Amino acid sequence: MMAGIIFVFSAAALLQFFISYCRSLIAASSKQSLSAEVKDVTGIQRVASGDDFQRVMQLLQLCPERPEDRNGVQAIGAYFRLLNFLRSTIAKFVPSMQDWTESERGHCAYFAAVALERRISFSRDMLAQQMDA
Amino acid sequence: MPGPFQYCVWFLCTLLEVSVVVCSIAKGSFRRYLSLNVYMVAACFVNLARFKILLTYGYLSPEYGYFYYYSDLLLTIGLYCALMGLYSRVFEEMGAGKYVRLGAVLLLLGTAAFSFAIVQQSSSRMLGQFVLDSRAMGHLVLEASQNLYFVGLVLTYVLWGAMLKLRETRTRLIQLVLALGLYFSVFAASYAFRNLSTGMRNDIWPYFIPISGCLLPLAWAYAFWRIPEEARIAPARLAVVPR
Repeated sequence: MMAGIIFVFSAAALLQFFISYCRSLIAASSKQSLSAEVKDVTGIQRVASGDDFQRVMQLLQLCPERPEDRNGVQAIGAYFRLLNFLRSTIAKFVPSMQDWTESERGHCAYFAAVALERRISFSRDMLAQQMDA
Repeated sequence: MPGPFQYCVWFLCTLLEVSVVVCSIAKGSFRRYLSLNVYMVAACFVNLARFKILLTYGYLSPEYGYFYYYSDLLLTIGLYCALMGLYSRVFEEMGAGKYVRLGAVLLLLGTAAFSFAIVQQSSSRMLGQFVLDSRAMGHLVLEASQNLYFVGLVLTYVLWGAMLKLRETRTRLIQLVLALGLYFSVFAASYAFRNLSTGMRNDIWPYFIPISGCLLPLAWAYAFWRIPEEARIAPARLAVVPR
């Protein structure tokens, strides 16, 4: 009985902490503006939409990985899948949740675009170092 | 016997624990978050000691089993102290640190007594006597771990609620608390599940627990390395229920 209660409460808290943690990762990147180059490549001009996420992730996978942002990108990928799940289930019956999931999916896409920007500059730095050597 | 995968995760986890301390020292935050760093150092030593005992006595030996669960229990209490350190950071300006510490010690003692009472009751039912044998002691540790993780989770949840209420803006502190909440909830849920499924075959457990153990050092190392102490964030944006 006690274990069952603990299990249910912990699972609910896990979901809540996971959402807040992912939002804290996203919020840290939302202040950063994208360069004109990344805007062109990703097609994100001002506000990112959830539909941009997959495309930006594909571009992200083409760039050499930065160890620093690997975990963040994976966590946001999982968060995006969770949002997709909510969008296709609960949000169908709750209209306000539809808007919320769409806005969150857009934030995820923007986070991925910022990570792309960082990876591009990382690749450039690596190339410059190789040229110097 | 752990396979190559478990050894790799074990090694990775120890490496991440070391990296938390290294990142914290490199960013000049070691003393500011002393309780967190002490916990990470302790976790690192426990991992090394577990490895030594595994090599000496073997995976299925009672020595390893006892050491694993008891060190886990002690580490949970250590994590509890780390959580109190975070409480002190959040409430430092209000001067409420003394009351927080007193409350935490009382809660810790209460949880230990509660776990002991539950196990004593169930072991007497199981064995027909009030003698704590090795099986009951193992149950005590499992029960106490589950309860301690749960109390840790509740306390982290309360702290997170207080941070939202107090409009705490320090990004690093927010990430440290959220990562701790994630860790406590994963472990409380998995220990509770294990308690519920006693006697059932569980193939995921040997993989799930070590991977989950990497979560906290990973998130804390990230917070120390990537988030500057001066970084600020609007906490209302992080709440699941909009405020």
